[in-house]
Amino acid sequence: MSTSNIRQGSLEIVDQEKIISRGSLYVAQARLAAMMKWVWMILAIAVANPVLYLLSIGVGVGAFIDKSAGPAGIDGVKYLTFLAPALLATAAIQGAIDESVFPTLEGFNGWKNFFGMNATPISGNQIATGVFLASFVRVVGTVIIYWFVMLAFGALESSKAWLAIPTAVMAGVAFGSITQAIAGLLKDENMFFVIFNRFILMPLFLFSGTFYPLSSMPSYLQWIGWISPLWHSTELGRYLTYGHALTQTMAITHMVFLLTLLVLGIFFSRRIFTQRLAK
Amino acid sequence: MSSPLITARGLTKKFDEFVAVDEIDFDVARGESFGLLGPNGAGKSTTMRIIGATSQRTSGDLTILGMDPEKFGPQIRAHLGVVPQQDNLDMQLSVSENLYIYGRYFGLSRKFLKTKIEELLEFAQLEEKRNAKVESLSGGMKRRLTIARGLVSEPEILMLDEPTTGLDPQARHILWDRLFRLKEQGVTLVITTHFMDEAEQLCDRLVVMDKGKIMAEGSPAQLIKDYSTKEVLEIRFGSERNSAMAEQLRGMCDRIEELPDRILLYSEDGEALLEKIYSAGMHPKTSLVRRSSLEDVFLRLTGRTLVD
Ligand SMILES: Nc1ncnc2c1ncn2[C@@H]1O[C@H](COP(=O)(O)OP(=O)(O)O)[C@@H](O)[C@H]1O
Ligand SMILES: [Mg+2]
Repeated sequence: MSTSNIRQGSLEIVDQEKIISRGSLYVAQARLAAMMKWVWMILAIAVANPVLYLLSIGVGVGAFIDKSAGPAGIDGVKYLTFLAPALLATAAIQGAIDESVFPTLEGFNGWKNFFGMNATPISGNQIATGVFLASFVRVVGTVIIYWFVMLAFGALESSKAWLAIPTAVMAGVAFGSITQAIAGLLKDENMFFVIFNRFILMPLFLFSGTFYPLSSMPSYLQWIGWISPLWHSTELGRYLTYGHALTQTMAITHMVFLLTLLVLGIFFSRRIFTQRLAK
Repeated sequence: MSSPLITARGLTKKFDEFVAVDEIDFDVARGESFGLLGPNGAGKSTTMRIIGATSQRTSGDLTILGMDPEKFGPQIRAHLGVVPQQDNLDMQLSVSENLYIYGRYFGLSRKFLKTKIEELLEFAQLEEKRNAKVESLSGGMKRRLTIARGLVSEPEILMLDEPTTGLDPQARHILWDRLFRLKEQGVTLVITTHFMDEAEQLCDRLVVMDKGKIMAEGSPAQLIKDYSTKEVLEIRFGSERNSAMAEQLRGMCDRIEELPDRILLYSEDGEALLEKIYSAGMHPKTSLVRRSSLEDVFLRLTGRTLVD
């Protein structure tokens, strides 16, 4: 190491007010800087994902389904149009999980950089909020790109279709905030999320009225849709992109469900992060 | 004398039932270089994390800069520079980004950080690595970056947990030199180590910790004076004979410690003692007279060696 003279012990430079008001933004900034390292990969996935899914299932499988369904279509529209809002919300959820689970597991168990952040005036609450905010940015980006691909595929039929962007983002961040809280509890990078992907995420994807209306599923399986943020968001998305029949009560129910999940997710993330760092 | 920067009374930390820090008392004065010396598992890091106002104590009183860390964690941490035992850098970011982001956590301005980062890169001799991802650095480079990072906010109290573990001897001496300079500038240092030479070099005053308890406290010289003799004679008869010879040597000096490979004889005059041993007809295979060190203090206090 060099022996140059570094000035020490002047406290005036630390801006307490600024840290309290903007701490979580600094954490988000660090997360976003990390994402920027592979931004091209993120963008490529964000574009390739909808193109491949909409083409193969929406257009490909859709051609068969549309033929057998006749002019009435599925829920009154082309299969592509019916399917797209569900895939949009799924992409939002996937992006949110990536940006909440991975940094949280590393932050506490692998790199332990959360402990480094917490050695500064930054609090556990601010770390939790910052990680959430960064995943929020990723989700918004992913959803907007997805939405434009849907537009290019002609999957948007309503003038309200742009509102499917916030409802899909809601699904992502609601789910992501919950997985962030769960990740904050894990002591090592164990099999939890492998199991989680196979036995929770996959069934939710398959049984949330993604590929066919929830109502056409046997009633003993329909509860899966009800606990799934994906179904709630998809219902809203379908209403907004092509005018799927939705009562006002149900629309409010869907939104309240997603918001509740989000609030609980953020609340528990903050609490779990704070308690864990204070151990 | 001004009131101490850090005051701990009956400080205790339990992990479930396990007591990692057991009712310890100590003060750290402004401008002092204070050490925690002890073997692995003594509770040094746990104590450091509590003083670092992150880990919450189980019981006892603790005041840092006049504040209780349980209530004023962020306010206290704003004045601390922390170098943890385990580097916890942001592995996805580059060297300079790590310094920049860390500075932002203290609310430091972009302008301030721009010059500060240059200073710190030079200090850590990482100028060529400024744009390298931290993941790609060697262990020693990561350690230097972690130390540099701890200085970014020009802290009033610098806390170093085993700072030189993983550094080569040269980097180690340069760091010691740096820490002396910081001390000259009035920075208070709190250092843990299990290297007795580091403790002797760096600490004005230290506590010897073992199994969560403080065994002794004082300056290195005072501790050696209180718990050991001026000199130590180390002799070897070969591992099979050491034990039998130790019996015969007892009574020839103040104190004797039998280690697996050698016998330590404590005396004010090592050479004279060796003469006496030869005169008594005993012929050790090797012998060495040295000054007492903190290692001997630790051995006396706990019956065990510091590093094994
Ligand atoms: N988070 C923790 N949970 C449970 N036990 C811990 C935790 N941190 C430290 N310990 C235990 O407390 C004791 C003291 O550890 P530590 O403070 O790291 O010692 P040192 O730094 O002196 O080597 C050890 O026995 C260690 O296993
Ligand atoms: Mg330790």
